Amino acid sequence: MLLHDTALIFGRYARQTLRSRFAMLFGVLMPLLYLLFFGPLLTDLPLGSPGNSWQVLVPGLLLQLGLFGAAFAGFTIIIEKNQGIVERMRVTPVSRLALLLGRVLRDAAVFVFQAVLLVLAALAMGLRAPVTGILIGFAFVALLTLSLASLSYALAMKVRTPQEFGPAINAMTMPSMLLSGLMLPMTLAPGWLNVLSHFMPFRYLVDAVRDAYVGSYATAHMLYGVLVALGFSALSVTVGTRVFRKAGA
Amino acid sequence: MAIISTAGLAHTFRTKRGPVEAVRGIDLTVRPGEILGFLGPNGAGKTTTLRMLTTLLPPTGGAATVAGCDLATDPGGVRRATGYVAQSGGVDPQVTVREELVTQGRLYRLTKTQAVERAQELARDLDLAELLDRRTAALSGGQRRRLDIAMGLTHRPQVLFLDEPTTGLDPGSRADLWDLVRRLRDEYGTTVFLTTHYLDEADALADRLVIVDKGVVVTEGTPGALKLEYGGSIDATLQDTFLAITGRGPASADSAPVAV
Ligand SMILES: Nc1ncnc2c1ncn2[C@@H]1O[C@H](COP(=O)(O)OP(=O)(O)OP(=O)(O)O)[C@@H](O)[C@H]1O
Ligand SMILES: [Mg+2]
Repeated sequence: MLLHDTALIFGRYARQTLRSRFAMLFGVLMPLLYLLFFGPLLTDLPLGSPGNSWQVLVPGLLLQLGLFGAAFAGFTIIIEKNQGIVERMRVTPVSRLALLLGRVLRDAAVFVFQAVLLVLAALAMGLRAPVTGILIGFAFVALLTLSLASLSYALAMKVRTPQEFGPAINAMTMPSMLLSGLMLPMTLAPGWLNVLSHFMPFRYLVDAVRDAYVGSYATAHMLYGVLVALGFSALSVTVGTRVFRKAGA
Repeated sequence: MAIISTAGLAHTFRTKRGPVEAVRGIDLTVRPGEILGFLGPNGAGKTTTLRMLTTLLPPTGGAATVAGCDLATDPGGVRRATGYVAQSGGVDPQVTVREELVTQGRLYRLTKTQAVERAQELARDLDLAELLDRRTAALSGGQRRRLDIAMGLTHRPQVLFLDEPTTGLDPGSRADLWDLVRRLRDEYGTTVFLTTHYLDEADALADRLVIVDKGVVVTEGTPGALKLEYGGSIDATLQDTFLAITGRGPASADSAPVAV
């Protein structure tokens, strides 16, 4: 039943995405601009990491794409709530978990697709990285978007208007991006900032993907990255399901 | 055996400006196959009661069973047995009528072929057949209302909750809906629990009326009995009877309308 319901909800929202292809492409725009206008600045800088500057920047941009995209996923559910669509689904016997999973799996699929476009563009700009590493990068994007989208929907179920939701999300995403070293590796940071960034879960994901992009898979970074990504997903989906189970308002 | 029974059912909303006691304690029973008119002035707590009886809103007090399932312990059973048409509907403007109807069938666990067939059937019953391929945003208000109703009938529920189903319908569509409701009861034994502000509708359709005000049941009975008791005679209008019951007669001095 869970599988049936999840597939049904996924299908509904996947069709919604396909109806607005323009919006889907628009999502890649921001990281693409970074790639075009920021990437070239880094080519000759000493970044203190193995590999060339693209192997440092592209993992960061991939996670930035996931971070900003998925964190705002909840917007759509606020609109659906106001249109009565959420309640109309919730009176049916459909699995509550499926109402969440169908949506977040759609989001994960969308952002992995955007990540593929971004990597293709980066390859054209001069990125070279092992295929396994690139695939590992996509897996991290999927886990990150799954987690963040779950939390985003959970928060969105609690608020009444987009006006409350937007600022709250902005207040969380900006520091997350800066503190996890998405643009430049945190190893360049002064001691206090580097320490602070270890409290930011995304930092571990970026470090892991950067390792993957230079072909080192059996590293401590990778281990921590995988653990943090899986733990964060489990936690977020649990929180999301709990909210979807009882959501009364 | 009652198909719906509630005891002290209550809900208090907690808001930033303090608690709102929307429903203070509703006791009622509905017999299988009955068409019950649930009436009351704006803000009386009708929608809130319906949202509790359909598992959307957890009661903050009291208990209820619907179709033999306890609201608190078997919400899944309640959901399978009931259909709900919300006061303000719930269809996605970007989606076509057909897709909404089919999805609704699938949410009620029909197979794909069953859901497609059922969508056709519902479209025929509610005069939507010509509109199946339109996006719901492109329906008129009354057409959209008929779609909302079709969605609630998808799984032939034992108990159907209709929250102001005929608001926005033209007289012809309204008469059609009355026929449909009677037919559901006569052919399938469906129990219908409906709210309305059209007292002619309540008079014509309901077997029994329950009148609520400020979150409690103030009286109940057949339309005839209420007219006799509160309106003074069996020939009184339900309008006058209703105003007498809720104490909001237009002539009361302290609430005289200010000049406009
Ligand atoms: N989500 C909510 N938060 C706070 N108060 C609410 C909420 N929903 C309803 N109320 C309040 O609860 C009371 C009952 O509302 P309800 O919608 O049940 O009335 P109703 O009988 O359906 O009225 P109407 O005939 O206008 O549809 C009203 O005072 C309303 O303002
Ligand atoms: Mg109402």
